[in-house]
Amino acid sequence: MADRNFIPIGPFHPLLEEPEFFKFYVDGETVVDAEVRVGYNHRGVEKLAEGKTYDQATFLVERICGICSTSHPFAYVQAAEDVSGIVVPERALFIRSIIGDLERIHSHLLWVGLAAHFIGYNTVFMWAWKYREPVLDVFEMISGNRNHYGMFKVGGVRRDINDAQIPSLLKAIDEIEGFCSMLVKAVMDDPVIKARTKGIGILKKQDAIDIGVVGPVARASGIINDVRKDFPYAAYDRVQFERVVLPDGDVFSRMAVRLLETIESTKIIRQCLKQMPKGPIDAEVREIGIGEGIGQHEAPRGEVIHYVRSNGSNYPERHKIRAPSFMNVPSFKKTVIGQSIADAALITAAVDPCYCCTERMAVLDRETNKVLLNGDELVRLCQEKTEKMRNK
Amino acid sequence: MLNPFKWGLKKSPWVFHLGASACNNCDIEILDCLTPKFDIERFGIVLTGSPRHADVLLVSGIVNRQSIERFKRAYDQVPKPKLVVAIGVCACSADMFRDSYNFVRPVDEIIPVDVYVPGCPPKPEAIIAGIMKALGKIK
Amino acid sequence: MGIITEQLKTKFGDRISILEKNKKRVYLETGIDQVKEVVSYIYRELGARFSTASGIDTRAGVEILYHLALDRQGLMVTVRVLVPKPELKMPSFFSIMPATEWVEREIHEMLGVDFIGHPDPRRLLLPDDWPEGVYPFRKKSFESEKEVTEK
Repeated sequence: MADRNFIPIGPFHPLLEEPEFFKFYVDGETVVDAEVRVGYNHRGVEKLAEGKTYDQATFLVERICGICSTSHPFAYVQAAEDVSGIVVPERALFIRSIIGDLERIHSHLLWVGLAAHFIGYNTVFMWAWKYREPVLDVFEMISGNRNHYGMFKVGGVRRDINDAQIPSLLKAIDEIEGFCSMLVKAVMDDPVIKARTKGIGILKKQDAIDIGVVGPVARASGIINDVRKDFPYAAYDRVQFERVVLPDGDVFSRMAVRLLETIESTKIIRQCLKQMPKGPIDAEVREIGIGEGIGQHEAPRGEVIHYVRSNGSNYPERHKIRAPSFMNVPSFKKTVIGQSIADAALITAAVDPCYCCTERMAVLDRETNKVLLNGDELVRLCQEKTEKMRNK
Repeated sequence: MLNPFKWGLKKSPWVFHLGASACNNCDIEILDCLTPKFDIERFGIVLTGSPRHADVLLVSGIVNRQSIERFKRAYDQVPKPKLVVAIGVCACSADMFRDSYNFVRPVDEIIPVDVYVPGCPPKPEAIIAGIMKALGKIK
Repeated sequence: MGIITEQLKTKFGDRISILEKNKKRVYLETGIDQVKEVVSYIYRELGARFSTASGIDTRAGVEILYHLALDRQGLMVTVRVLVPKPELKMPSFFSIMPATEWVEREIHEMLGVDFIGHPDPRRLLLPDDWPEGVYPFRKKSFESEKEVTEK
């Protein structure tokens, strides 16, 4: 492909904090082909997990990803419990759901901020991240850390939520809901954001089914799919919430799905806090038993699935991890081709790719035959387009 | 005798964030420093998009076999004086990923590190304190 | 027994062995010759979503588990197949389920299974200078793995 020009993005991309490497082949301003090279972030977690005991592995899988740091332990503990059918105390199930959905709010707000930065809307970026801080404060109150909460263990949770904390938690949730609804109105009614994201990077329903995308990317393409409803777990079958499904499949829909989901999540947390029964928080598991188990969790980016096989010892024989981005990232090939290069950065960001998850394990511009733009300039290009539109 | 370059560097250090194979969390906390609650720009600290413009390098995560070459190259591009702050326990000691087949060497055996900020992840306050401490090394 | 289990039993009979673990999990075991038929039936006729595949190194060969999610029924069907050593050849599912592209590349580099008919069997996760023939997820490959790390 020596005659074609391509634009390398990454590996040390200025915006997505992780290293990844995209290659866009362009004809004029239109993207004609795309490639991705992952592997810059591969840390071999699956192999490491085989050398850790079941309790230690919870902390290891938590460090697969920093944004969705509960999703991996959530799926993992369920897989370990599924091996021999360990019953988890009620109260622990509610606490798990609360942590799982608080994380969804902070992760979605983070993404909205980054996407806004991509289109050159730094006000929304700063807002979204400002409103994310109260969520992190709630986490600090419950678990003692802003990220990497260490709340999960096989058979229950590690920390309880005190009754004394509940009123202040409910108050914080009300505030967060207020911020989220304000952000939904501000972002979804904004003419510039609309012009910049509507009809861009469309993933058709059939393509979405073929590629097997999950989570908000699937729901924005009209696929009704949510592990919380399909495979009820934790306390999700005891609370009322809606699945946000939109038919269009463009960047705007994905943004809308994520924003609206934050509001659903506040509903879930409020109901959980009110319905939470009293009792123990830990089943005090002594052994896992022999067999195999699958654990699923609807992470902010989609379905996480862990598979654990136990041979009765303290260490798992095999621990397979599938993060949502592993299914979602390949979809960029369908969405980015035919689009203008100024939109490419936005479209790749729209699946909310999470490379540390995908690789459980960083990016490069080798074999460059011609460098036209670097990642920085690409973001600038993306931002300039918005500026032009705004001036019109 | 006051060196205007060093004086200027102390007042407004530009930082580049070099995420090796990190879990993203330290990276998010570094970005978090920019946002309204912590706002490091009030200290004159600016996050740049290229290592060539940077005075301070913020390293997070372990270095794996695929990213090591690129990692060294990015370090070479930073103009002197190169100040390196290792953010998070992975960059400080490689922690739980030390036994991985894809792990090469700890960060401080690849490039010289000036300040270590431990924590998983360190709080934004700690990151700001780390950068300030690194600037204290300029005499 | 669930409806899906019944359906699978009448369709395939003795060719598969079914274990219904609980009402969310069903495990099927089948031979390498029938696996394509079984998986495509579950994917096409029952309308399953391909969730993932995991490969496990065992003494006899590499076990591959296809996890197919039936979202509407809330059922996870896992199809287990043993790819015998030493050839480790397996038909690729790319033509039936495009979603398997990345996961087959992963199993290929991590465990050394050759997927016949895969359009793009390049490396996905391992570094470019990783030596050929060293598969990190194989058991007891620690000696060969050491050499790699000490380089």
